[in-house]
Amino acid sequence: MALSEKILKILDDNCKMTPKQIASMLGSDEDTVAKTIADLEDKGILLGYNAMINWDKTDSDKVTALIDLRVTPQRGEGFDKVAERIYKYPQVRSVYLTSGGYDLMVIIEGSDMKSIALFVAETLSTMEHVISTTTHFVLKKYKDHGVVFENDEVDDRQVITL
Amino acid sequence: MNINDVISTRAASIPPSGIRKFFDIVSEMKDAISLGVGEPDFVTPWHIRESGIYSLEKGSTHYSSNTGVLELRQEISKYLTRKFDIEYDPTNQIIVTVGGSEAIDIAMRAVINPGDEVLIPEPSFVCYKPCTVLAGGVPVPITTTAEDNFKLTPEALKAAITPKTKLLVLPYPNNPTGGVMEKEDLEKIAAILRETNIVVLSDEIYAELTYGHKHVSIASLPGMYERTVIISGFSKAYAMTGWRLGYVTGPKELISVMLKIHQYAIMCAPTTSQYAAIDALRNGDEDIDYMREEYDNRRRLVIKSFNEMGLDCFEATGAFYVFPSIKSTGMTSQDFCEKLLKDQKVAVVPGDAFGDSGEGHIRASYCYSIKNLTTALERIDRFINK
Repeated sequence: MALSEKILKILDDNCKMTPKQIASMLGSDEDTVAKTIADLEDKGILLGYNAMINWDKTDSDKVTALIDLRVTPQRGEGFDKVAERIYKYPQVRSVYLTSGGYDLMVIIEGSDMKSIALFVAETLSTMEHVISTTTHFVLKKYKDHGVVFENDEVDDRQVITL
Repeated sequence: MNINDVISTRAASIPPSGIRKFFDIVSEMKDAISLGVGEPDFVTPWHIRESGIYSLEKGSTHYSSNTGVLELRQEISKYLTRKFDIEYDPTNQIIVTVGGSEAIDIAMRAVINPGDEVLIPEPSFVCYKPCTVLAGGVPVPITTTAEDNFKLTPEALKAAITPKTKLLVLPYPNNPTGGVMEKEDLEKIAAILRETNIVVLSDEIYAELTYGHKHVSIASLPGMYERTVIISGFSKAYAMTGWRLGYVTGPKELISVMLKIHQYAIMCAPTTSQYAAIDALRNGDEDIDYMREEYDNRRRLVIKSFNEMGLDCFEATGAFYVFPSIKSTGMTSQDFCEKLLKDQKVAVVPGDAFGDSGEGHIRASYCYSIKNLTTALERIDRFINK
């Protein structure tokens, strides 16, 4: 595996790792790792560093919904144009083109259910080429990006075993 | 009656662990960061746990055959061929045991006669000596050193062999040093043993955890198959310590004697664990690769950190331990560990727990998250460089 790929795997798991730590873990040196990371950023491979937050434990009432869309593909552009029109809205967190019964999956975050419902009713479903929408509100997040949200597995190993 | 008079003199002759006092201090300290465990921090992969659960749901709750579920023995046989290129007949050359520990015990009891000498390279895992004594044998430690990367050298082996030598324990990849024996190292040992009647007990429980090279079993070398017993198991490779499942393979004449002991002492290994283990062998190669890569990253970080803080740490490429020297501090292993624990609340294991030749070293395990390791290493640095 190339060094850049190993670095990506480590950052994917924990983006707070410093180039120094990563260098020790991979038997490389700090400069090389820092340069590789800068290069990955320049190439648009490493696009950002997001925090995993369990909003349920805060005072925020933030709501998330997954919306399945059926869309008529456009000549010469397929689904790309519609997808672009959708992802330009700031409340849209993710847009995926999917196989199966629907074409696009849109993930929306809003301050409350009503604002999401209105966005779907007024903006998404009235959009040209959108045939239908199905909205699923997220009631509870169990696991996201490999992280279990309410993990009750504890380290119950003895302090010392030989 | 005087209750002390009834105790077996042989059992009484086994010395209690020399680091008992240290253990007592550790167990009272609840908030210590520990680098002291000899088991993976990973939980058993879910598909393996689920197979165990499924076997319970189906009602597979009875004894298995004494040697273990045939399907499992067949999978072990295939696995050993696939990974290490050695062939064992699942019908008469493999016994599924209660952990590698039981396998060590029955293997020793199967070959040792009163007075037979058992060669034990040290530092090494703590059970070889007592098991030898309980089987009526005489343990003969062979010192291995950091200068030799804790390998068993042909010179040291030759010097230790006497007409009474029956068994050589070959504990590689090694707990506590992380030392390994590569093919060329094993060739030299094999060349000496071929001329003798010495049996090799090759404890390969860490065989899957080698970094930068592939483990080679001494049984795969010419002339060694017929004199080697392999001990292995699921604890370390598949993070299954609590399932208590291991196995022993070897010449069928020896296996049939071990089977008698196993049958009367144990009956059979836990059935649930056996069904889970079948899944581990069939679908677990990727889990091992994943865990090995994680350990390898931590290993490099830990070795570098110890060397940078001034504790010489040899490049361990096996198991999940490092064994840095603390001689530069002028303290004994016990002193170092006690003071480190009191001062910085970090628990590591004194090297002399693994034999006299472990004095002057500490064993640190890297079965911990990077975050945990980093904090512990910072504290050790503070402790020695304050």
